Amino acid sequence: MTQTFFWTILILAGLGLVLALVLFFIAKKFKVEEDPRIDEVEKVMPGANCGGCGFAGCRAFADAAVKAPNLDNNYCPVGGNEVMKKVASILGYEVKEKAPMVAVVRCNGTCDKRPKTNDYDGLASCKVKAALYAGDTGCAYGCLGCGDCVEACQFGAISMDPATGLPVVDEEKCTACGACSKACPKHVIEIRNKGPRSMRLYVSCINKDKGPVAKKACASACIGCGICAKTCTHDAITITDNVAYIDFTKCKLCRECEAMCPTEAIHGVNFPKPLDKEGIKARIAERNRKAKEAAEAAKAAAAEAAAKEAEPVKKEENNG
Amino acid sequence: MSKYLVSPSPHVHAPASTKSLMIDVLLALMPAVIVSVIFYGWGELMVLGVSIVSCVLLEWAITKWLLKKPCTIADHSAIVTAVLLAMNLPATTPWWVVLIGAIVAIGVAKMTFGGIGQNPFNPALVGRVFLLLSFPTYMTHWEAPKGLWGVDATTGATPLGVIKEGLMQGSTVQDLMAEHGYSYSQMLFANLGGSAGEISALALLAGFVYLVCRRVIKPHITLSIWATVFVFSGIMWLVNPAQFTDPIFNLLTGGMILGSCFMATDYVTSPMSTKGGIIFGAGIGLIAMLIRYFGAYPEGVSFAILIMNMTVPLLNKWCHQKKYGRA
Amino acid sequence: MAKRTFSIGGVHPHDAKIARDCAIEVLPLPQTVYISMAQHLGAPAKPIVAVGDKVKVGQVIAEPGGFISAFVHSSVSGTVKSIAPRKDISGNFMTHVEIAVEGDEWVDGVDLSDTLITKIPEREVALERIKACGVVGLGGATFPTHVKLNPGPNAKPECLILNGAECEPYLTSDFRILLERTKEIVVGAAIMKNILGPECKCVIGIEENKPEAIKAVEEAVVVLGYQDIEVMTLKKKYPQGGEKQLIDAVMKRQVKSGGLPISVGAVVQNVATALAVYEAVQKNKPLITNTLTITGDCVAKENLHNYLFRIGMPLSYIAEYAGGIPEGAAKLISGGPMMGKAIANLDACTVKGSSSILYLSAKSTKRLEASACIRCGRCASACPMGLEPFLLNRLAKAGDMEQLEANAVQDCISCGSCQFSCPANIALLDRINIAKGQVLGIIRARAAAAKAAAEAAKSNEAK
Repeated sequence: MTQTFFWTILILAGLGLVLALVLFFIAKKFKVEEDPRIDEVEKVMPGANCGGCGFAGCRAFADAAVKAPNLDNNYCPVGGNEVMKKVASILGYEVKEKAPMVAVVRCNGTCDKRPKTNDYDGLASCKVKAALYAGDTGCAYGCLGCGDCVEACQFGAISMDPATGLPVVDEEKCTACGACSKACPKHVIEIRNKGPRSMRLYVSCINKDKGPVAKKACASACIGCGICAKTCTHDAITITDNVAYIDFTKCKLCRECEAMCPTEAIHGVNFPKPLDKEGIKARIAERNRKAKEAAEAAKAAAAEAAAKEAEPVKKEENNG
Repeated sequence: MSKYLVSPSPHVHAPASTKSLMIDVLLALMPAVIVSVIFYGWGELMVLGVSIVSCVLLEWAITKWLLKKPCTIADHSAIVTAVLLAMNLPATTPWWVVLIGAIVAIGVAKMTFGGIGQNPFNPALVGRVFLLLSFPTYMTHWEAPKGLWGVDATTGATPLGVIKEGLMQGSTVQDLMAEHGYSYSQMLFANLGGSAGEISALALLAGFVYLVCRRVIKPHITLSIWATVFVFSGIMWLVNPAQFTDPIFNLLTGGMILGSCFMATDYVTSPMSTKGGIIFGAGIGLIAMLIRYFGAYPEGVSFAILIMNMTVPLLNKWCHQKKYGRA
Repeated sequence: MAKRTFSIGGVHPHDAKIARDCAIEVLPLPQTVYISMAQHLGAPAKPIVAVGDKVKVGQVIAEPGGFISAFVHSSVSGTVKSIAPRKDISGNFMTHVEIAVEGDEWVDGVDLSDTLITKIPEREVALERIKACGVVGLGGATFPTHVKLNPGPNAKPECLILNGAECEPYLTSDFRILLERTKEIVVGAAIMKNILGPECKCVIGIEENKPEAIKAVEEAVVVLGYQDIEVMTLKKKYPQGGEKQLIDAVMKRQVKSGGLPISVGAVVQNVATALAVYEAVQKNKPLITNTLTITGDCVAKENLHNYLFRIGMPLSYIAEYAGGIPEGAAKLISGGPMMGKAIANLDACTVKGSSSILYLSAKSTKRLEASACIRCGRCASACPMGLEPFLLNRLAKAGDMEQLEANAVQDCISCGSCQFSCPANIALLDRINIAKGQVLGIIRARAAAAKAAAEAAKSNEAK
């Protein structure tokens, strides 16, 4: 009996030893030399592997960040400045702070504003629907409502609102990785500056049709009338292809464009007070009146000056 | 303009649906079910009833409370599993054993993997094998039950069991066959001991022909099993007829017909391609015969199918059908 | 002779050729036509008329916009009202020339008589007329015919296959022209055969469910004395009319993946194209008319029609003339039920390739809810390209482009057999089509990169 135990233990121990040696040598032979900083960087990453940075995952990002000479081209939108600071301290680089961003749905065509023209009966996928035809409403540009963005979001930050048929972004959860924006075949979702205290203004429409056509398709379409661009005192709004666009680097959040938009296509979000349309309109009217007066005064002054200038000439002529 | 539908092509669909296919399988099983009810009587009806009710209720309960998915009992697949399970059990099986079999078949073998289409093993067979290993007495207890209209089924063990037993005690195949008076016609038409599905090869074959004619299944898996069994047992029989049973006997007895026609051809757990199906069938035939000839159990078809079920993902990966314009 | 068919897969949808006995009627002219600039595969045509111009029937109003493109002619006489974007049947904008109809005055040089002209002109003359008359393939792809008939000096066309399979259920326009314009079609075939060269033989393939057409064509071939044109009866199986399938059925050859039919010596043309070729070459008549079927399972018997239409007619005008949209119609389709396009905008206009307005009831066309795949393999058995749609669908869901290409998603011909036969009602083709587009994009990008690299290497060598 004791002999059986002895042999069993001996054989098992011997086997263990041999296998351990084999494993040891294999590990030694196939060891990949890696910069230890890659592991360190990976540790501070969010670990979502969302690909928002443009790399396949967090480890790929870490690898690229370690190999790059600076951090200018590598930024983790999910971790934001916090994580990038940590990465920078590990690698000894400087980090350029970026303003926080958020996904913004630039379509406002709710079920009641954008009447349906047909019933889509195919696979519930925006990609399939977009490849097939212009969509089940008169608008060929807006949200198709099949939720490809919801599927693309790894953070559960987008959901479809059954009442409007449009996606809703949860700002708390959104990391601005841009997956939804890439998934949207109509390019309805834009990654924009979150804005101070999350306040921001944007044109919630990308319909490039001419005014009447766009308006017929959707009651709240941007009709490219240009009133917002004329109103804006910060030169933040441009109109291309019948659509207005607010440059968030220039916008000062005065909400004048929002008040003036005839189709309510411009949306302001997270402002502490509701939009005082009449007040702003009155303010703009007052400003316009003053500007007009000033312009007239200036014109008069210019005319006077011109007259004055003309007089000496006459005198000269007289002299001559 | 009122609202018309718009979708990608195709705009029409063939009449076949999962439900219609399952109903076809049930129809195909009907002859065998009827024959077994005639021979085994109320006991068989009880086994069938318990099996169907428990399988369907289980699937409904699991989809509703555990998986929280849309209920799938409307596709009739649970009923098919239930009937196949019942066909694999002796008519004398107590109701609670049938219930345990149903729990294993539906609860463990089917729903844990995500329900219809996801299970790697044939649920009815998993249920049967579980019962065979857990309750061998009930599962091999072939009492002679009274038929519905007084038709008597033969008493005692299955031919396969009798021969295995006899061979172990040193008899020869010929002696045993003669002693028990087994004949091919008996096997074909009915009246040999066994589980309900083993009783009439002809009724099962009628169902198989129906399925093939309705194009519900392709016959290649079944034919491949038969061919392998025939060739393998033929060689062995020619080598030593005293020790090895003959090919026809092997094709007609036990679960061979039920297994090859209804269990091995299960869509979910068989390979997609014809080539894969033939390899799959050959594997089943070979393993079944190896178990019958050399194994501890008298019958090996269930084990053979379950073992080959494991190879299906590999067979699907290796075997593809011929593509147009590609070598 | 045994009836032939293609060797892999295929399905048998109910053929429902309910409009087969309706003789072709000529549609009256509407007040306005809108002629699309994208009526063919390839680059859209460029309009060469201006608003206010007077045009005659058959006058060129747009020139080809590239090598693979085609002329577009006015289908009516009248005044050009506008040249502007207008929605096509999918609701997408495309440039249309709007012409207000005034009378019906044809351009000079068009033979409007019914006389059959059998004398076949020389190759170059015929090819030039086909190009000038804007003839495109009318079997579905609308590929410019002059390009297809001129495969280049290195190609060896061995067999011209005339596609009279019309394997799509419901459609009967090809059947009707085979019956009513038989001789013209046969002469058209002879013209194309002559263009392809003396070694090229010609086979007219017709499915067995059109015995009258087979008989008529066989007689016409004998009467006209074209011993070298063979009429072949094909088994009824969808998609027999697919180019690759038809080549397999007729010649027992298979086109290599990514290859063109000419690589196995085949040129496939539709019978309607043959008729257009006849009219272009023998009558100098541009392609401004085609035949279309008004049919469907919810259409009353008296409203079933086969019409000779002019391009640019609004579909709504045709539907109205044919008795309005039938009650119970749930989906309107341009083309057949297997590969046709659902009409999202009935105000869209007919194009050269229009073949039907098909009204389907909700019962036959509304999609049923998809359930789990039961791995029955019916999609794979049905696929005429021998692909495994269940696998492609799974890979497409996962977005695995490498595996998709390895499993030949790019070979898919979008025939819909897989989705048609799936008992779980899974939208296989919807997803596979998208994946196919993506993979084809990757393949093209790779080919372009390889070409650029090769050219760079060449220029380096030259230096």
